[in-house]
Amino acid sequence: MILKQMLNYQAPLDLVFHALTDPARRAMIERLGRGPASVSELAQPLDMSLPAVMQHLDVLEASGLVRSEKIGRVRTCRVDDASLKLAGDWISKRRAVWEQRFDRLADYLAEEKPKPKRRRKP
Amino acid sequence: MTKTQHATIVLDRKFDAPVGRVFKAWSDIDAKSRWFSGPPGWELVERRMDFRVGGREHVSNRMPNGIVTIFNSLYYDIVPDSRIVYSFDMHLSERHITVSLATVEFKPVGKGTQMIFTEQLVNLDDWDDEGGVERKSGTSGGFDRLEAALKEAW
Repeated sequence: MILKQMLNYQAPLDLVFHALTDPARRAMIERLGRGPASVSELAQPLDMSLPAVMQHLDVLEASGLVRSEKIGRVRTCRVDDASLKLAGDWISKRRAVWEQRFDRLADYLAEEKPKPKRRRKP
Repeated sequence: MTKTQHATIVLDRKFDAPVGRVFKAWSDIDAKSRWFSGPPGWELVERRMDFRVGGREHVSNRMPNGIVTIFNSLYYDIVPDSRIVYSFDMHLSERHITVSLATVEFKPVGKGTQMIFTEQLVNLDDWDDEGGVERKSGTSGGFDRLEAALKEAW
């Protein structure tokens, strides 16, 4: 029973975080953070085909981060608040620590590129 | 009462640098200290690194609130420019908060590098990264919310 509970905890979080690893999907979430949008509105700022956008949307829907509803010919997407809260717990704090470190790593790699190695600050 | 929680964190990043330089950022203590550090305001207490299979690493920092974060790690597998596997645990002063297995994979992509970081961790107690030792029921609400959200989902 406890094991089952643990697996249940993990599955949605893994899906949520996997969904958020892709920059296009993060852009879609950011757009939806400003309010519901149709698929073509979501696709508009992205440099990719509509089928590619639909695939990303599938991943977002599977994670529960996004819900969509088809009315007539228009599919309208919105952020699911409960799933966003899921991503706001202790795991996302740990994840944010790594994101910040890897941002610093990217800065360090960019900074070191053209020059010989600089001495470390004391 | 103990609260034991498991999780896996995967970060997939691409860097505009060849794989050898990205690997060196993990394997060289001076390079690693440039990015594997606390945020501004944290004071380095001690840093040691013995980068070889069976070698250990230690980094401790004092946070502005006086609590010391302590990272202790042990290297299990090192394949230059390709893979690093290590375990580590974290303490906030005397509190033991997490134990983890970390895998870092490096893959050349064009002139750049894809780096996939996977941390499999067990959370030994309810904690937050500000070191809230005196945490009360109010701040453990995150996990309660999670529980409630999952009940709805299933």
